[in-house]
Amino acid sequence: MTDVLGIYNYWIYVVLMMIGLYGVIAKPNLIKQAIALGLFQTGIFLYYISMAVIDGGTAPIWTTIEDGAQKFQGPYDNPLPHVLILTAIVVSVSVLAVALALIINIKRSYGTIEADEIERMDHEDRLSEFRAGQALDAADDAEAHHHA
Amino acid sequence: MLDVQAHLPVLIVTIPLICGVLTIATGNGWKPWAWATAVTGTVFWLALQLMQQVLASPTGMVSYELGNWPRQWGIEYRVDALNAFILLIVAGIGFLTTIYAKKSVEKEIPADRHNFFYAVWVLALCGLLGITVTGDAFNVYVLLEISSLTVYALIAMGKDRNRGALTASLRYLILGSVGASFILLGIGYLMMITGTLNMQDMHERLMSVPGILQSRTVLVAFAFLLVGLSMKMALFPLHMWLPRAYTYAPSAVSALLAATATKVGVYMAFRFMFTIFGVGFSFVAMPTTLILAACASAGVLVTGVTAIRQTNLKRMLAYSSVGQLGYIVLGFSLANVNGVAGSVSHILNHALMKGGMFMALGAIVYRLDRCDIRSVRGLGRKMPLTMAAFTVGGLGLIGFPLTAGFISKWYLVQGCLDRPHMWPLAGVVLLGSLLAVVYTWRVVEAAYFQEPDDDRPVQEAPLLMLLPMWLLIGASIFFGINATFTGKISVTAAKALLGVGQ
Repeated sequence: MTDVLGIYNYWIYVVLMMIGLYGVIAKPNLIKQAIALGLFQTGIFLYYISMAVIDGGTAPIWTTIEDGAQKFQGPYDNPLPHVLILTAIVVSVSVLAVALALIINIKRSYGTIEADEIERMDHEDRLSEFRAGQALDAADDAEAHHHA
Repeated sequence: MLDVQAHLPVLIVTIPLICGVLTIATGNGWKPWAWATAVTGTVFWLALQLMQQVLASPTGMVSYELGNWPRQWGIEYRVDALNAFILLIVAGIGFLTTIYAKKSVEKEIPADRHNFFYAVWVLALCGLLGITVTGDAFNVYVLLEISSLTVYALIAMGKDRNRGALTASLRYLILGSVGASFILLGIGYLMMITGTLNMQDMHERLMSVPGILQSRTVLVAFAFLLVGLSMKMALFPLHMWLPRAYTYAPSAVSALLAATATKVGVYMAFRFMFTIFGVGFSFVAMPTTLILAACASAGVLVTGVTAIRQTNLKRMLAYSSVGQLGYIVLGFSLANVNGVAGSVSHILNHALMKGGMFMALGAIVYRLDRCDIRSVRGLGRKMPLTMAAFTVGGLGLIGFPLTAGFISKWYLVQGCLDRPHMWPLAGVVLLGSLLAVVYTWRVVEAAYFQEPDDDRPVQEAPLLMLLPMWLLIGASIFFGINATFTGKISVTAAKALLGVGQ
């Protein structure tokens, strides 16, 4: 039991990630998709931070002991994952910024941010392009008949 | 004075990184283009120098520790024959497409945004080159995101011609970010169990600690990386973002992406599967061969059939790209020398052919403002050089003898036959070529044997477009006739990846 509960932050990471993944797949609203993507990535950050922790670990900071020598106070957590996640946070903020910029532009040119409606409009765009081609083909055939 | 030769691996990333940002300050008109051409030209020269250095080096590789930090703590850039080869492809194609971009961008992107376009363009190349040069797993993720973010922006710049570019870009952003996050997680699990981020150290620890390869942590890392990488290299059925992105992106961007972006994804797969996990784990202990070969063969056949049904030629080439990527994945999934060598050489050959073909389509868009199958009717007489380039590129996709595509397919078929019970895959390669015959022939027939819709005179594409286009197509013929260089490099790289003696 303690094995399962003792690593609760890993459970939270998995749950967060799955909520995010579900949102990305299932939500038609583009803003909600962007939020879900953010949640998905945050879950991963939690995972990285959790893996740095050791029992009774402290921050890796030099402290001065009485005789003037500098030492670490006891065992310390691995600082490397924290640094990596600082970078990853910057990356995820940039991804979110680009996503929002795209969504603003989509709203401007489609007038909606619902994925299913946009999908339908894209489909219509392609269909009208296709029909125009077909109409030209039919006209060609008619002309060929006319000549025959 | 800075000793350029000693710092080549890092300069190849930092020069485009810094100069890319500076592109914004170059103002408007021809200046951003000239600046970007100068930067990519320099990078290409650096890549050539680096290739020479690697070939001359007794160990067959060049290692560079950033800021002189030993590789346990710092980032190591590590270049061997494979990296140097991919770097040369990315830098060379990057340089040629930049030259090509001038006319195409003038036509397709509003004039006040050219400096931003070229800034993002150079940064995208920086990301792709960085992924290729680095020997540090987390560095791969960061540079992957640099290239991805800039590519999303480049695709979205097609929005003034067709609003579909915006949705294509957003869809790629979401799928691409999920894929990159999987890669990040995989790297995290690897770091958790090996305690290092350096690829070489990871490999050594995975090999030396008994029982580590059976641990669940390594399995999870491998699974996440496999799925994430498959998304990034658009392996069927995770390719859904690619056809739209290539269709709606500006023509120059499609040419650049088709020739470089997915190839760098394949390179990452090489590094993770062969260099870090090792062949013994990736392809013997795990059923990776089966999974990848099945996805790749299905991809070759399904996208081949889909390509035949397309009226928009850019979309047709996009589907064909997914199929050709299937060949590349099929090759390395076999995990034998001929298969991997076919895969490595097809990276170059497909980059040359598909880059040239997308350039030809861009030239048609430049003159006609569209590129559907109707618009190319009778174009063989009006734009003879452009259509000839397209046709020769198409012959390469088919794998016609005397084109580069033939060489890589030869290796691939050999690879399939070398592995017991895998000979039906050779049939897939041949059937895929047959499908390529059909979709290439549709265009050739329309261009050479059908009458144009109207008698409007159409000029041949401008020289600035024809030159890079024919350099790529010419190179694909050259490497089809003289395969010594590509053959030597790809077999060396394959042997190094598989860890078999020279």
